[in-house]
Amino acid sequence: MAPLKIESKLPSGPIEQAWEKAQFEMKLVNPANKRKYNILVVGSGLAGGSAAASLGELGYNVKCFCFHGSPRRAHSIAAQGGINAAKNYQNDGDSIFRLFYDTVKGGDFRAREANVYRLAQNSVRIIDQCVAQGVPFAREYGGALANRSFGGAQVSRTFYARGQTGQQLLLGAYQALERQVDEGTVQMLPYTEMLDLVVVDGHARGIVTRDLLTGEIKCHVGDAVVLASGGYGNVYYLSTNAKGSNATAIWRAHKRGAAFANPCFTQIHPTCIPVSGEYQSKLTLMSESLRNDGRIWVPKKPHDKRPPDQIPEEDRDYFLERRYPSFGNLVPRDVASRNIKMVCDEGRGVGPSGLGVYLDFADAIRRLGRATIAERYGNLFEMYERITGENPYEVPMRIYPAIHYTMGGLWVDYELMSTIPGLFVLGEANFSDHGANRLGASALMQGLSDGYFIIPYTIGNYLASNKLEKVGVSHPAFRSVEAEVVAMTKKLLSINGTRTTTSFHKELGKIVWDKCGMSRNAGGLEDALGRIRGLREEFWKNVKVVGDSNDLNASIEAAGRVADYFELAELMCIDALDRNESCGGHFREEYQTSDNEALRNDELYSYVAAWEFTGVKSPPKLHKEPLEFHYVHPSQRSYK
Amino acid sequence: MKLTLHIWRQRSPTAKGQMVRYDVPDVSPDMSFLEMLDVVNEGLILKGEEPIAFEHDCREGICGSCGFMINGVAHGPSRGTAVCQLHMRQYKDGDVLFVEPFRARAFPLLKDLAVDRRALDRIITAGGYISVRTGSAPEGNVIPVPKEKAELAMDAAACIGCGACVAACPNASAALFTGAKITHLGLLPQGQAERDQRAKKMVAQANVEVFGNCTNIGECEAVCPKEIKIEVIARMNRDYLKAAWKNRESYRDDDPVELALSRGKP
Repeated sequence: MAPLKIESKLPSGPIEQAWEKAQFEMKLVNPANKRKYNILVVGSGLAGGSAAASLGELGYNVKCFCFHGSPRRAHSIAAQGGINAAKNYQNDGDSIFRLFYDTVKGGDFRAREANVYRLAQNSVRIIDQCVAQGVPFAREYGGALANRSFGGAQVSRTFYARGQTGQQLLLGAYQALERQVDEGTVQMLPYTEMLDLVVVDGHARGIVTRDLLTGEIKCHVGDAVVLASGGYGNVYYLSTNAKGSNATAIWRAHKRGAAFANPCFTQIHPTCIPVSGEYQSKLTLMSESLRNDGRIWVPKKPHDKRPPDQIPEEDRDYFLERRYPSFGNLVPRDVASRNIKMVCDEGRGVGPSGLGVYLDFADAIRRLGRATIAERYGNLFEMYERITGENPYEVPMRIYPAIHYTMGGLWVDYELMSTIPGLFVLGEANFSDHGANRLGASALMQGLSDGYFIIPYTIGNYLASNKLEKVGVSHPAFRSVEAEVVAMTKKLLSINGTRTTTSFHKELGKIVWDKCGMSRNAGGLEDALGRIRGLREEFWKNVKVVGDSNDLNASIEAAGRVADYFELAELMCIDALDRNESCGGHFREEYQTSDNEALRNDELYSYVAAWEFTGVKSPPKLHKEPLEFHYVHPSQRSYK
Repeated sequence: MKLTLHIWRQRSPTAKGQMVRYDVPDVSPDMSFLEMLDVVNEGLILKGEEPIAFEHDCREGICGSCGFMINGVAHGPSRGTAVCQLHMRQYKDGDVLFVEPFRARAFPLLKDLAVDRRALDRIITAGGYISVRTGSAPEGNVIPVPKEKAELAMDAAACIGCGACVAACPNASAALFTGAKITHLGLLPQGQAERDQRAKKMVAQANVEVFGNCTNIGECEAVCPKEIKIEVIARMNRDYLKAAWKNRESYRDDDPVELALSRGKP
């Protein structure tokens, strides 16, 4: 394997023209030659779907893979709140620079300025594109697009389609994708899961997949591979991710040489429905937009068991409004989550488990009327009631933080290429734009920016700059990777132990949540590392996987994914232990200000931590990409 | 509470299936239906038996992966609720539940409760989109969309493609699904250019996929987890008729049925 190189390829010159200049300098593939290139896109969510559709439109020969039965089921569909764009339709002082500024600051100065600026520039075109596709965004009475404000921002720049913005944006991308399927430029392969990456002469040249219906293991050759397989929040077992969301594609690419960046940067979303029992299979998010009108509070006294309507105003602590008067309930997610944990640790949490705070709409209903609240959040209120059996129009919601998003991911350069030439990584699967904390309504923006407006240019530059040898599935590299994949499946089936995959996954998730979740410390992380390693060894000796490998078998799918989570969880803890500072979602208890805010250390840790895989039982190698700030000067974040 | 489940088990698309009884003790009212099945499956795995196959993913009622019949009703008894959001507090101790897959000729059975719904994708492939190249869109606010039109379009666009409408329909018609997309795009100014072609192509594809015709029974609306109104079928029929009356509909002279046949397997 060639030595791993971290070259960010950041453009020079003024940031406002950087992307345009970079685009101009990129080589082009002649229109007539595009169909000669085969591109493999793994994932069909906002990033993968928009990339596959756009690359197909350009004339490339695209194969798009998804493990679902239909590309429309990717987890982007569940995003509720909205998508940011610097349109300044509200005349409230928004601009590309302000969105850029907010995102760099919100990410606690651990993202690349040039990437974030480009994201803010692209945001404007994304809205235009989606409107033209027929995305039914919310409108004003005059027919203009409506906006709302969202956590971490003081302007209204969020576009939305009720509480189903992700669904509507994904259906837009999905429809564009299906149009290309009809044109014959994209071949869709549903029920197909990527299980490994094939690297030939240092270039990503293909993938090995499993047909989830027949179990067939198959090789696919391409001139470039695009991973858009989402984040790794399911390491924690309980998360707001879909049950099937997994890290296998990115993790196995990591093991083939793609550096993994900032794995410890995970986002805890403050407003989720609290856990109700051991059988709980996942957590459900309540959109952050609820914080626009809902007020978060707990009783002032610990262990106050009175029902909420019997706790008078003077006995309530609206702790976010009290501690952060200028942002109030709209502080960024990491700040809100940490404060919720703090009041619950003080014994002031509510609900049966004591792990919850109230999100109360009584004031908003009094001020705006029930009808307005219903129009804004009706479907969310219904969902809450379905899950908890409580009516939030009458009883305050109870919420608690949960893992929601992972800022870390495979390291990519400015062109979204990983450390393996020809392997591109988009959307949540990469690490690029959100630093140590993502602002609300920015994930949809990044997925679509990567897929619609970045990869179409940068992939051409790669293809036109590299002359790739012709390879087929009979190439020894393909044969050996395929054999490894088959062997792993066989191994999992042969263990025949006494514990189910889920029981391992739950135990792993609990370790990572307790020790590498909302707050971390060195002792806890060391402890977690030991326990994760022990559990991994037990897994490989004692897991029970049933059925056989040649048909639809959820048991085998899950086992392969959990096997990867063990290794990834270990890297997350190593990264968290190595970063001796607090920033964004990474809160190390040893590093905090006197009033419990995150304390960064810019002198020593203003870098991207890119980890190189060296073997399952050997320590990963750290590569540092220094971060420079020329436009937004790093400061202690303040939302007070 | 204790429940008795009778669940359809079928090893493969061609194998013979049968109902199998499972007694489930200790069901918590706060569990979702799928969490209850998870518990059953964990027990089966420990006994060395294959878990019950069912599709699911987001468990928030939006991805459209889940869906089966409970006592003959698609997604079970709660209105406007996908089965992943159905909670066990709907049931009482001693209830007996019959759980079966969505049945329709256009949805071949894969295993147990999982069925292949790719025919719905092919209906979208046939024309369920607005053709706009990436990067070629005009400024978002150039074309105003009246609020009420946007809201109606959103009502139809909320479809999650789960296929419950097909499973509930005695004709196994996909009219609610197809009508929802035709309505969503047809209500928006951006969707006008392809409106006629869209209706013709999508309806032709639905026919080729061996979905039945709509006879206005209304079961689809009753089970739809997104409560899509049967009105979308009227809109589809109107668009289809209007398009059919025009004598020369396309400069490309494509026959929508020929196209549909080339796309799908009948």
